[in-house]
Amino acid sequence: MSVKLPIYLDNNATTPMDPRVLDAMLPYFVEKFGNAASRSHPFGWVAEEAVDYAREQVAKLIGADPKEIIFTSGATEADNLALKGVFEMYASKGNHIITCTTEHKAVLDTCKHIEKLGGQVTYLPVQPDGLIDLAELEKAITDKTILIAIMYGNNEIGVIQPVKEISQIARKHGVLFFTDGTQAVGKIPVNVNTDGIDLMAFSAHKMYGPKGVGALYVRRKNPRVKVTAQMDGGGHERGMRSGTMNVPGIVGFGKACEIAMNEMEAEAKRLSAMRDRLENALLELEEAYVNGNKEHRLPHVSNISFKYVEGEGLMMGFNKDIAVSSGSACTSASLEPSYVLKALGLGDDLAHSSLRFGLGRFTTDEQIDYTIEAIKNTVLKLREMSPLWEMFKEGVDLNSIEWAHH
Amino acid sequence: MAYSEKVLDHYQNPQNVGTLDKSKNNVGTGLVGAPECGDVMRLQIEVDEESGVIRDAKFKTFGCGSAIASSSLATEWLKGKTVDQALEIDNMDIVEELNLPPVKIHCSVLAEDAIKAAINDYRVKNGMPALELEEKKH
Repeated sequence: MSVKLPIYLDNNATTPMDPRVLDAMLPYFVEKFGNAASRSHPFGWVAEEAVDYAREQVAKLIGADPKEIIFTSGATEADNLALKGVFEMYASKGNHIITCTTEHKAVLDTCKHIEKLGGQVTYLPVQPDGLIDLAELEKAITDKTILIAIMYGNNEIGVIQPVKEISQIARKHGVLFFTDGTQAVGKIPVNVNTDGIDLMAFSAHKMYGPKGVGALYVRRKNPRVKVTAQMDGGGHERGMRSGTMNVPGIVGFGKACEIAMNEMEAEAKRLSAMRDRLENALLELEEAYVNGNKEHRLPHVSNISFKYVEGEGLMMGFNKDIAVSSGSACTSASLEPSYVLKALGLGDDLAHSSLRFGLGRFTTDEQIDYTIEAIKNTVLKLREMSPLWEMFKEGVDLNSIEWAHH
Repeated sequence: MAYSEKVLDHYQNPQNVGTLDKSKNNVGTGLVGAPECGDVMRLQIEVDEESGVIRDAKFKTFGCGSAIASSSLATEWLKGKTVDQALEIDNMDIVEELNLPPVKIHCSVLAEDAIKAAINDYRVKNGMPALELEEKKH
């Protein structure tokens, strides 16, 4: 097989930039280098015009008004600005925020910070398929609740939360609704009006744009939403986010949104077919399970646990050739398995045995074929080496063994 | 994380993967670790009863590459040693041989524990008291 290695299947971590995006950005480094805030000369005017155009491209993708787009350094900053900004701005109304346990760390850790500042945060559990329970959400609302923060699509399992239903509940109780749309925007249709979103964070580098640029959508009408700036300075972005505009980045973000707008539908179809083919082939292995709801799921994501093999050991079998990510965070700094998978109720053993596949615009059928082959072979090889697999095959109940925990 | 050449080699060509007949009196089995912690090692020794020399050693490991390499190396080292000599294998010897980074030291500790557990199983089966084992920090 003559497939070019290594293969990139970690598009939830970041996407390669589309060459068309790079082309759009290039003039804004050297030739058109102006500061978009320089009102007094053509260098500034050119930069400002480029930013305005990008703002329109970005707004259009999510059905927003350009004035509702606040450019940031990325989704993490946008998450921080939304949560802390609302907490500060609406302090007189209440101090309670509702979120859920499978959110990205940029939301969870910001909520932890808000708790230290005197905020109350409810972390809703999710159901075994990764979806929140809407009745639980509504029950959690109090007269102090100012914000519901539930992500659009999950970064590890791809599960899409019932955003429309959540926003209806929020509206009914006069609570603002913020969603982290980082994984969803540019992949599936997201419309802030039909979805009823008041604030939304998203990022360029997850949709074939450059790293270091993202946006916070802030609704201006019905209701008019305001956030307290978290960075003081020149009063850029209607005073909500000071700091010189990252003009080339913003131009690239705009172009990435425009391409997504035009190609998203066909791309989602192509990727979900490829994803399903990958998934079905891997599920031919015994004791392999998909994590998260399969229907309400981003088209390019699959998260699979291969029981009785350990994720990091599994990845070692092919990670020179195939880039995926493991639910077992043995690979990163901590030795903890994924908190998202644990929130679904997976035991540590299954959480340790999982792989996340994130397909993307440049994924090919040949790459999928290679991946299926390589992963199947590694799983089989490691199971031959796994004492747990041997016990399972002999019918030993692993729960009946007294393991030495350390 | 970059793995050392030696870890990669053991991972790709693990030595002595397999199972010995644990019902035999001269076979000692050690099973250590826990699935929840992400690593389980089973290490077995078969002892020549006349000489006290370990004539075969096998392992099966559920875990990361370093855990697999540590147990593979342990079985290589065990073969040909007497049971008493085997007790002297220290986890730091494994760390050194495989160039394990600090976050993977627990894999070597697990391998040492597995060796001692296998020896104890062999001792108890043959009417000897189990050895008191010092607790190493994982």
